[in-house]
Amino acid sequence: MSKKKIISNEQRESVIVRTISRIMIPFIQLFGLYVIIHGETSPGGGFQGGVIMGTSIILLAIVFDLEEAERRISRKSLTALMSFGLLIYSGIGVLDMLSGGKYLEYTKLPLPLPAHEISTLSMLGVEIGIGITVMAVIILLFFYMVGDQNAT
Amino acid sequence: MIRIFSIVSLILVGIVFIYVVDDMPDFGDPKNPTNNEIYERYVNKSFEETGAPNMVTAILASYRGYDTLGETTVIFTAGMAIILLFKRWKDE
Repeated sequence: MSKKKIISNEQRESVIVRTISRIMIPFIQLFGLYVIIHGETSPGGGFQGGVIMGTSIILLAIVFDLEEAERRISRKSLTALMSFGLLIYSGIGVLDMLSGGKYLEYTKLPLPLPAHEISTLSMLGVEIGIGITVMAVIILLFFYMVGDQNAT
Repeated sequence: MIRIFSIVSLILVGIVFIYVVDDMPDFGDPKNPTNNEIYERYVNKSFEETGAPNMVTAILASYRGYDTLGETTVIFTAGMAIILLFKRWKDE
């Protein structure tokens, strides 16, 4: 499977863009994690944080090339992550059903914590699931729509 | 002919919309239909019922968990559709 470069070599040689991106990408990912994990206490949540996490990988693929980005996170693992995030969400609902509540009734989980803290923990799990799904789908959209367009 | 018909129907629909705007509730009126008991329940009880200080996340992930599960499924389906459309299958 041969892939064409997204950007030509002369543009890719820009030292400033590459250096700044290399510095910024970890901070973008850290900010995405912060937005996901602080979803209950401040504005944010799984959808927004997942998009920020996906954007960091898309920036990597634009500034370097697609093979570099796919070496960091492959299409196969992205497909698995996409399903895994939805599985976390619906799995929390099934766990609630197994412990005697309704589907997605968080407070029935058998944990040694007060009810509202169990609810907060479950909501954090749900947000992480949403974040993983959104991140994987955003990156997959970019990989598939850019990757093979010139390769017949 | 079609153009004249569409312009006339646009004008008619526009007249209906402008006529209806007059019956809309005033902005910030306490008797608005949106200011019902659901709103009070969210404002007063959401912290003790869900334990999340952010009311938006409390509604999104706890009160309307089914809705958010559906949204996540929509995004998942978009990813599956992209794979089905753009993947280069072996026997091409």
